[in-house]
Order: sequence, then structure tokens, then C-alpha cells
Amino acid sequence: MTPVVTRGLRYAFGDHVAVDGLDLALAPGEVFGLLGPNGAGKTTTIRVITTLLPAPPGTVEVAGLDVARHQRQVRRLLGYVPQQLSADASLTGRENVALFARLFDVPRRGRADAVAGVLAAMGLTEAADRTVSTFSGGMVRRLELAQALVSAPRVLVLDEPTVGLDPVARAGVWDRIHEVRAETGMTVLVTTHAMEEAELHCDRVALLHRGRKRAEGTPAELTAALGAEATLDDVFRHHTGDTLTPGSATEEGTLRDVRAARRTARRVG
Amino acid sequence: MSVLPAAPPDASAERTSPLAELALLARRIGAMCLVELQKLRHDRTELVTRTVQPALWLVVFGTTFSRIHAIPTGSTPYLDFLAPGILAQSALFIAIFYGIQVIWERDAGVLAKLLVTPTPRSALVASKAFAAGLRALVQALVVVVIALLLGVGMTANPLKLLGAAAAVVLGSAFFCCFSITLAGLVLKRDRLMGIGQAITMPLFFASNALYPVAIMPTWLQWITYVNPLSYEVDALRGLLIGTPARLGLDFLVLAVAAAAMITIASAILPRLARG
Repeated sequence: MTPVVTRGLRYAFGDHVAVDGLDLALAPGEVFGLLGPNGAGKTTTIRVITTLLPAPPGTVEVAGLDVARHQRQVRRLLGYVPQQLSADASLTGRENVALFARLFDVPRRGRADAVAGVLAAMGLTEAADRTVSTFSGGMVRRLELAQALVSAPRVLVLDEPTVGLDPVARAGVWDRIHEVRAETGMTVLVTTHAMEEAELHCDRVALLHRGRKRAEGTPAELTAALGAEATLDDVFRHHTGDTLTPGSATEEGTLRDVRAARRTARRVG
Repeated sequence: MSVLPAAPPDASAERTSPLAELALLARRIGAMCLVELQKLRHDRTELVTRTVQPALWLVVFGTTFSRIHAIPTGSTPYLDFLAPGILAQSALFIAIFYGIQVIWERDAGVLAKLLVTPTPRSALVASKAFAAGLRALVQALVVVVIALLLGVGMTANPLKLLGAAAAVVLGSAFFCCFSITLAGLVLKRDRLMGIGQAITMPLFFASNALYPVAIMPTWLQWITYVNPLSYEVDALRGLLIGTPARLGLDFLVLAVAAAAMITIASAILPRLARG
């Protein structure tokens, strides 16, 4: 069953069309990257898929369920990591994960094992009983992955998962994502600005600009179309016109993206 | 890496019977209350700092006004009369700023993560409401200890103490959801902080917490009748001190007000998440 499908998805905030006729179909078990500049429509797309924004009926499906009609069922199938570092700093790592195990109704009998299992999978066993305020940025991100994975989701949705992290922490996060995918076969939907990361870690990508899909394919296909030496950065520039385009997104949306990224960067130091 | 959990339950098997919904609600409330207790266990600073104000009200205001007999409270010493009011005030001050916490959770991405769990919005809001109640209850215990040290005569009847705890939880649930509703309307932390500060003291003064309703001007009496804090104080006074109280009416008003405000806050929560 196709894990995520959007058919002609259109979403507007007042007069501003954030997503305009987006067609996507993710393959089971792939890492699919949504790329694009601020205001391209990546986060809006993710927020519709994750039920945070109301989906127009018939336009978005998760594992065959219409997101507009089966919100709670869809949420049970999703693991979501927002752009901000959202673990509760006043709780321990284990308590953070256990909360989500309870919220996803992981049975009490196996709950402690499930929590310990995802913490181990994220390399956080030793730090599990420390409060999160003592964690590094990379550890917080891995903890958030553990929170998202404790319910064994079919689709893992990551919004800018490595923003603000240093290269070592970034590599650590991506290593864990690939390990989880290899272990469980779950599908990963990720947004990122970082073209080199997308090139390295995504099986397929879609490039969004001004709410529309401008290109889709494997990184190799997209770069090959521009020439032997081309990179995804070149593809990005080719499709977005290599210009910053004020007014291409709502000012509010753009400002919020930047603020969220800065807040995250501040928290990871 | 065989430590990861197995596949999730079949999503199409989502339970929808009223009993299952109630069980889900109870589990969610339990989960959020547990988190509140865990936070308190890790950091007791707030518990200590929040003790200062009620202690001042009881020690300075209460003992002084007890001596000058300025407020007619019949055969009940003024300090005894005041203690349940200060207890309710403590709970109010904790609950009324929960909206700020929810806005912080929105900004930090926590709210989005919670909303992408299979938890109905109403259960999420109810969980927050009862978590606020639990935190207020811990604070109330501190106020009770201070009151006892000052010689306030309080009941030791466990049923009455349980009733008083229920009144604190219901009152806190109402004010927590009132605060979440305001958060959903104003969307910004600094705005809500201003509004919270602007309404908290009027809510306190326009209640029966400091003085009997009978000595208030008529217009103020009318305000106390629509202020849920008055019913919380009345119930606490009746249960803890033994003054005449309309317990049935008090609990009815508190329960209906809390349920109504949970419903309103649940309806406005998605706006907060989008905002």
C-alpha cells in the first residue's frame, strides 16, 4: 500500500496559495525528501499530511486512509519530529519517550521495553535517566526520533531534522534514520534546505517552489538532467531561478520559518 | 538493531465506543498528570517560590486583619475564614498561566507533536486541565501546612479533604482552560501575560476569598455570582473550616464550568496550533 499520496493538493492561507496542485506518491520504505526555499510549501504539505492543518477531502491519503476523514487513525500511523527541538528539557530522556508511548497506547506490559528499545536504538541508553537540559543538540534530536519511533509508525515525518546541528551530530542523526529504515522498512518523509544532505540520504526528492512541484526524481536523475558535473544545488538554482524572492511566501510564514530555525540553532548552541 | 517496537496496531481498528473513549480520556489524563509530577520531582523551585505569596497573605494580611476585626466573619476567626480563599487563590495563580505554557509548547513544536498523537483534542485539553489541577493540589497542600502552622482549625475528615481536593482540581481545570482559550484568541505569549496579570487580581478581589459576599456592594455581589472562584472558595470553606456552604451548588457550578471551558478550549486549540 502506498504510504503517502497527495493528489492535486491545494492549500491556501487567505489569498496566499501555499501549496498549489501537489501530486506526490511515496514508495514503501523509501526516504523521500521535500526540498525548497522558505515558503515553498514544504512545511504546509507536511502539516496537512500530519493532520495539523485540515486536508481537503480526497487529496491526501496515508496508508490508504483519507486524512480528511480518518484523522485519528492516520495519526496512529505517523511518527512526527518538528523542526524545533521539542523534547521537554525538564524531564529525563526516558520520561520524554514514555510519555509518547502512553499517548500512542503502547501496551503497559511491553511499554518499558519499547521505551528502552528505542532509546538504545538511538544510542541514548546511558543518558536516558538524565534530564534533557543536559543533552547536546544532536542527542535531543535523537531523543525526538526515539519519541517518534516508540509507537512503531509506518511513516516517519521529519521537518528539517538536522537544522542547527554540527556535521558530526548531523551524520549521527542520519545514521540512526537509515538504521531504523533498514530495521523496520518504514517510509521516511523529510524536508530539508540542505541539498548535500538530500543528495546523500534521500532515495527520491521533490523540489517545491512557490507551492508547486518543479522537479521530482532520484538525486542522480535530477542532477544528470543538468549535466555530468551538476549537483542538487545546481538543480535547486535552476528551478528556483537562483534568486531570493520576497513575496513568494507570506511574510508571516517566512518569518516564522526563520525564527523557528534560529530558535533551534540557539538551543543546540 | 532488533530493539525497535513491532508494527503499530491496525489503524482501522480505532475504538469509538463511549466506554472506550472514556478509558482513553482517563489514560491521557493519567499520562499528563504523571508528567506534571515528574516535572515537580525534578525541579521544586517553582513550588517554593509560589509559596511566598500565599504565605505573605496568611501571615501578614491574615494575622493583621484578624487582630483589628475589620471584616465581619461571625464566629469564625478571620484567619480561618481567609485560609481557604488563599488556597483557592494559589490554585488560580497556577492555572491562569497555563495558556502561556501552551503558547510556549506551540512555539517549541511540542503542541504540534502532541496533536499528531491519536489523542482527541478534548482529551488533550482535559489532560492539561487536570494536570493543572494536580499541580495546584500540590501547591494547596503547602498552603494547608502554612495555615495549620498559623493555628487555623481545619478538618481532618478524609472525605471532606477529598472533597476539598476535588474543588481545587475542578476550579483549576476551569481556569486552566480559560487561559488556554485566551491563548487561542491572542496567540502571543506577551499579550497573554498582560491579560493574565490584568484579570487575575480582579478575579480574586471579585470573589468571596477575602471577605463575605454580604458586605460587598450589590454590583460586586453580582460579579461574585458569575465568578467560579467564589464557588470554589465556598466549597473549600465549607469542607475545610466547616462554615455553612452550598456544596451541591458549588460542585455543580464548578463541574459544569470546567466541562464547558474544556469544550471551548478544545474547539480553539487547532487555531492555536495554526497560529
